[in-house]
Amino acid sequence: MIALDQVTKRYGDTVSLDSLSLHIKEGEFFGLLGPNGAGKTTLIRIISALTVPTSGRVLVAGEPVNRNNTKFKSQIGLVPQHNNLEPELTVVENLQLHGMLYGIPKKESAGRIKELLDFTRLTDKADTQVGKLSGGMKRKLLIARALMHKPAILLLDEPTVGLDVSSRRKVWDLIKGLHKRGITIVLTTHYLEEAEALCTKIGLLKKGRLLMSGSLDELKNMVGPVVVEQFYNDKTVLYFYKDQKEALKAASSMGEGITVRQSRLEDIFVKLTEEKSE
Amino acid sequence: MSGFLAVLWREYLFFKRRFWTITTSSMVAPLLYLITFGWGLGRSVNLSGVDYINFLVPGIVALSTMNTSFNAIATPLSIARLYDKTLEEYMVAPITILSFAAGKIVAGAMRGIYAALIIITISFIFGARLEINVLFLALMFLNCLVFSSLGFLVALKIKSHPDMARFNNFVITPMIFICGTFFSLDRVPEIMRHVINVLPLTPASQGLRAVALGGEIPLWAPAVQIAYLLLFTGWGLYVCNRVE
Ligand SMILES: Nc1ncnc2c1ncn2[C@@H]1O[C@H](COP(=O)(O)OP(=O)(O)O)[C@@H](O)[C@H]1O
Ligand SMILES: [Mg+2]
Repeated sequence: MIALDQVTKRYGDTVSLDSLSLHIKEGEFFGLLGPNGAGKTTLIRIISALTVPTSGRVLVAGEPVNRNNTKFKSQIGLVPQHNNLEPELTVVENLQLHGMLYGIPKKESAGRIKELLDFTRLTDKADTQVGKLSGGMKRKLLIARALMHKPAILLLDEPTVGLDVSSRRKVWDLIKGLHKRGITIVLTTHYLEEAEALCTKIGLLKKGRLLMSGSLDELKNMVGPVVVEQFYNDKTVLYFYKDQKEALKAASSMGEGITVRQSRLEDIFVKLTEEKSE
Repeated sequence: MSGFLAVLWREYLFFKRRFWTITTSSMVAPLLYLITFGWGLGRSVNLSGVDYINFLVPGIVALSTMNTSFNAIATPLSIARLYDKTLEEYMVAPITILSFAAGKIVAGAMRGIYAALIIITISFIFGARLEINVLFLALMFLNCLVFSSLGFLVALKIKSHPDMARFNNFVITPMIFICGTFFSLDRVPEIMRHVINVLPLTPASQGLRAVALGGEIPLWAPAVQIAYLLLFTGWGLYVCNRVE
C-alpha cells in the first residue's frame, strides 16, 4: 500500500531521513516510534506529498507520490502533528471546505459531516469557530476532517500529544475503531505505550534511520524476549536472553540488584537507541 | 475544477464575514487622494486640457486595484503558509496546483474589482466625468490579475512576515508614485520613461487613463500586463509545486 525505496531528505546539513526503505501493507496498523527529531513528521509529510524527498522513490496505492497526482491524494487522510484548521471558520465550515476540496457532492458531504460530528462527539460545537475549541476538540476535528472522504490510508502524526489521559483514551478508541473497519493506518508517536496499545507493526526510527521493524513479538524475538535487569554502580543495565531458562542461569551468577522479566517495547527501544548511537 | 470552486468559496466566506471592514477600508485611501489631490488641486489645475480630477481617478483606480488585489492574497496566504499552516490542507487535497492557484488569483482579482467599483462610485460623487467602458473594465481586471498573481508568488516566496512589509515598502509603495498615477509621464526623461513603462503598474495607469478620457487604447499596455500575468503565475506555480 505504501512503499518507500531509499528515501533521503536533507535540509542543508541536517539529514532528516537517511535512505530509508519501508513497506506498509494494506490493512496494517503501522506505528512509527522514535524520539523527537527522529524524522517521523518528515516521513509522514513525504508520504502525503507535503515534502519533496531529496532522493528516493515513494509509491502509495501503486501511484507515484506527486503533488499533482490527484489519484493518490484522494486515498490519503492526513492528521498532521500541528493543527492546520482554518481558525476563523466554524467546525462545519472546515468540514464543508474539505468536502469541496475532495469533490464530495453537497448532499453526501452534509450526511458525512453529521455522522463524523457524532462519531467525534462534536455535534454541539458544529457552529463554533475553530479558534475557540480546546486542544482535544481540535484533534478530534482533525481526525473527523481526515475521514470525510473515506480514505483508504490514514496518516496520524502524533495524534495524542498534548492531550490529557482521558482524551487520549478517547482518541485511541476512535483510531482502533477505524482500524477494525479495514483502514490502513500509519501512526507516529514517541509514546511507547501508544505504539504497544494500538499497532500491529512497529518501526523504530532514530536519526532518520529505521533501526528495526516488525510486530511487537518479532521485535522482542529479535533482541530477546526475556530480560535481566541489573542495577549496578548506580546504573541500570539490561541483558537480553532468548528464553527464561537462559536468563535465570545467567542471573544466578550476577549477584545483587537483579530482576528477571519479560522484555517490553521500552527495553528494546532503549537497547537499540543506545547501541546504534555509539 | 472542484479545487478552484472550493478556494473561491472559502474566500467568499471570509469576504462575507469581513464585509464592513473590507468595504470601509477600501474607501479610506482613495478618499484621501481625492480630497487632497482632487479637491486640493481640483479644477484649478488643468493637464493638457483635462480637469485634474478626471486625470487623477484612473490613476487611483490603478493603484487601488493593485494594492487591494495584492494584499487580498499576499497577506492571508503568507499567514496560511507560515503560521496557520492551512496551506497544507490544500496541498494534500486531490486538487491540482493550477486549480488552487487559479482560485486564489481570481479571488484576489475579484477583491480588486470590488474596491474599484467603490472608488469609481465615489469619484463620480466627487464630480469626475469619465468614460467607463468594456475596455476600461478589461484593463482594470487585467491589473487585478497581475497583482493578485504577484501576491500569490510573494506569499509563497517570503521567509517571514517582515519580508512582506519590506516588499510592500520597496516594491509596491514606490510604484504608487512613480508609475504615472498622479502625474503625467510626459516630462519624465525619455530613458526613465522607458523603464517606468515596463513596471507592472504603468500599463494600468496609462491605459486606464487613455480609455477613460476617450482616447485610443495603447496596445502595449495590455501586452505588458499579460506578460507580467504569465510570468507571475508561471513562477508562482513553479514555487507552489515545491513549497513546504
Ligand atoms: N523544514 C525544515 N527545515 C530544516 N530542518 C528540518 C525541517 N523539518 C525537519 N527538519 C529537521 O529534520 C529532523 C527531523 O524532524 P522531524 O521529521 O520533525 O522529526 P520528528 O517528527 O520525529 O520529531 C530534525 O532534525 C529537524 O530539525
Ligand atoms: Mg514530528
